[in-house]
Amino acid sequence: MKRFLLAALFFAVLLLIWEALFRAKIWSPVLVPSPRQVAAYLEGAAVDGTLLKATIVTMRRLVIGYIIGLVVGLPLGLLTARWKLWQDTVGTLALGLQGLPSVCWVPLALLWFGQTEAAMLFVVIMGTLWSVVIATETGVRHVPPIYRRAALTMGSKSLHIWFKVILPAALPFIVSGMKQGWAFAWRSLMAAEIFVTILTGFGLGQLLHYGRELSAMEQVIGIMIVIVVIGLMADKIFFSPIEKFLHRRWGTSQA
Amino acid sequence: MHLAHRHHSSATEELQVIAPSKLAIENVSKSFKGGSGSVLALDRVSLNVAEGEFVCLVGASGCGKTTLLNMIAGLEKPDSGTVCADGRPVTGPGRERLVMFQEPALFPWLNVFGNVLFGLKLKPNLTKKDRQDVAKYYLELVGLSRFERANIHELSGGMKQRVSLARALAPNPRMLLMDEPFAALDALTREQLYGDLQRIWKARNKTIVFVTHNVREAACLGDRVIVFSPRPGRIREEFAVDLPRPRDINSVDLAVHATEITKALKSHSQMEVAAA
Repeated sequence: MKRFLLAALFFAVLLLIWEALFRAKIWSPVLVPSPRQVAAYLEGAAVDGTLLKATIVTMRRLVIGYIIGLVVGLPLGLLTARWKLWQDTVGTLALGLQGLPSVCWVPLALLWFGQTEAAMLFVVIMGTLWSVVIATETGVRHVPPIYRRAALTMGSKSLHIWFKVILPAALPFIVSGMKQGWAFAWRSLMAAEIFVTILTGFGLGQLLHYGRELSAMEQVIGIMIVIVVIGLMADKIFFSPIEKFLHRRWGTSQA
Repeated sequence: MHLAHRHHSSATEELQVIAPSKLAIENVSKSFKGGSGSVLALDRVSLNVAEGEFVCLVGASGCGKTTLLNMIAGLEKPDSGTVCADGRPVTGPGRERLVMFQEPALFPWLNVFGNVLFGLKLKPNLTKKDRQDVAKYYLELVGLSRFERANIHELSGGMKQRVSLARALAPNPRMLLMDEPFAALDALTREQLYGDLQRIWKARNKTIVFVTHNVREAACLGDRVIVFSPRPGRIREEFAVDLPRPRDINSVDLAVHATEITKALKSHSQMEVAAA
């Protein structure tokens, strides 16, 4: 409770500083709107449904692309860890492409898929995939061989070992890769949405873009806040419980 | 005893004391390729272990005793010679012969109970209830009933090895292979485990092959102590320890045996140094 109060106090002070800067009129109010103007925009956008619609469009792209990235990335990572040939080929490719900022996929996606949902999905998948492949491979390589040997003596065989021993043993690595993949996917999707208008759906990035076009700073800041909050919620609702479980089971220090 | 129409073995049947294994190792050799060429880890080693016997293999590191244990387990294959358990050649690992490693190879993603269940889940014809009853029985046997739900990292070194022992015993193997399981524990914990292991060995009637470099430990636990010499790994001598059980590691009689074995061990490793 005390921690919560202190955190609340921190954010209240941030808001006060913002309000004070607005009132000091150092910058034009067009560039620095007041917290109340931003709140008003958010309220309006929430009431008329724009915000919810945009959030749904964005989240649908993100979640579908992310899941595809996971479903493809996990087995690729396992194969890469298992066979030298895969490591030398797919592994090297993954390592190279993971280093490529995922926003660099946007031009290619546009040329390949045009201004379609497919282009957005492609960007998200490319953001997720390589991190998951690399993390899974690294995780599997770090599994102590003794786990495998112990499982063998208890009668565990190939597939059973992979699913009941290697995969769970690699879980801490895989989860951190999933988290990184999520962050990359989120960033690249926002970049794609800001740069490209997709007529099939207006996402949060597009709202941000139109905020700039209209010089509506309260919209720009309001949407940025929404994006931050979604990021925080993904962490608290999805990743945080998994990480807590890992810390509890493995006994690693609580971050 | 076994009914023809039986659909699955119940927990009580699963917990029955079964006949222990007999082991016949003949002329087994094994070499490894290392940085400085090929190293002969085992050189024409032969050894018989009777049903229910407790045999300790002692020797300096590099004498191939762990390699031999891995071959009995089926985790490694000999270059030449044969390893037979109950008359059949060992072709791979299997739950007839379970291994307890020096490091507790417990799975950190499972709790204590889950670890003990792991091998049981791989046994066919057991219901969930049976498996749980069996796991509970063995956790009780090693004195860890209260820690069923504990995570592995919350246990002390000695408790971890107790869980490892319960996990190895749970699928009811005919033979237990132990690779320096107590080497990393403190003296007091070890002494408790010597007592418990002897008690459990008697209660469950297993054949045990136990690898150690600790001569006192070997004399305390073994019916027979086999002395290995390193490079190449060979069996040099064997000692029968006919002291009554349960044995106390601190007893004077035991010290007499241990001194004798130590002397043999030293002479064989000195021969090694002289030869080199």
